[in-house]
Amino acid sequence: MTPVIGLGHFLTVAAIVFTIGVFGIFLNRKNIIIILMSVELILLAVNINLVAFSGHLGDLVGQVFALLILTVAAAEAAIGLAILVIFFRNRGSIAVDDVNMMKG
Amino acid sequence: MTLPLFFFYLFSAIVVASALMVISSRNPVHSVLFLILAFVNAAGIFLLAGAEFLAFILIVVYVGAVAVLFLFVIMMLDVDFAELRKGVMQHAPVGIIVGLILLLELLMVAGSAFIVPEAAGAGVVPIDGGVENTRAIGRVLYTNYIYLFQACGLVLLVAMIGAIVLTLRHKPNVKRQDIAKQVARTRSGVETVRIESGKGL
Repeated sequence: MTPVIGLGHFLTVAAIVFTIGVFGIFLNRKNIIIILMSVELILLAVNINLVAFSGHLGDLVGQVFALLILTVAAAEAAIGLAILVIFFRNRGSIAVDDVNMMKG
Repeated sequence: MTLPLFFFYLFSAIVVASALMVISSRNPVHSVLFLILAFVNAAGIFLLAGAEFLAFILIVVYVGAVAVLFLFVIMMLDVDFAELRKGVMQHAPVGIIVGLILLLELLMVAGSAFIVPEAAGAGVVPIDGGVENTRAIGRVLYTNYIYLFQACGLVLLVAMIGAIVLTLRHKPNVKRQDIAKQVARTRSGVETVRIESGKGL
């Protein structure tokens, strides 16, 4: 725990990274691989927030929850990329615009 | 400027710059490499915040597993990425507006937030300065939060089964060894042919 660095610093960095992640989803509407990476960036920003609050409040629970988010992020990446691979096998492209074959 | 603050600014500048490169780079392989850079520097920020265990877990899990998974998929799929880049700027104005509003709101919250003094000392699991971070997390994670830990395991199990079920396929015309079929073979239909030497078959 380092009180040298204020909580606002961490929150600002996390806010900027979160915004970049959201902007990345808008910017790369077609490329689903970049969209998945943007989601990873968003989860990283959330983790920075949790860890910063954990350090400043002197509470370890924040780090335990950050661990849970890491797990969920890894699972999400694995499932997302698996879906991507079978989608590419079926369609020969990964353009998100084409993802309407499952609509009822 | 103190040394921790200097390193904090260094790490966060690299994180923000490489996050920008992740979403704007033309080649997805470069995107993954910048993602790795962002994660490594975020691990530095975690270290400065006092979470050593999470910092190294971040490097192991993200850089070692997730980023390499991304690299594998990008290299495995033969995708025309230039085609996907077409019309990128089409959605950029909306994205910039949404992003700016979001950033302003987040910064307003971050700037005006304050912690009441009573809340600062009333943690559920107060951090003990005498115990190192990894040991402290282990003590809490396997006792108070054992159900959470098990739930993490279940999430990973479901993800693993899901990924295998999704991507495993049996092509119809591929010959595979079927041990039960081999063992169940009988001698019927098998004969020994005697061939005179020098005649050929």
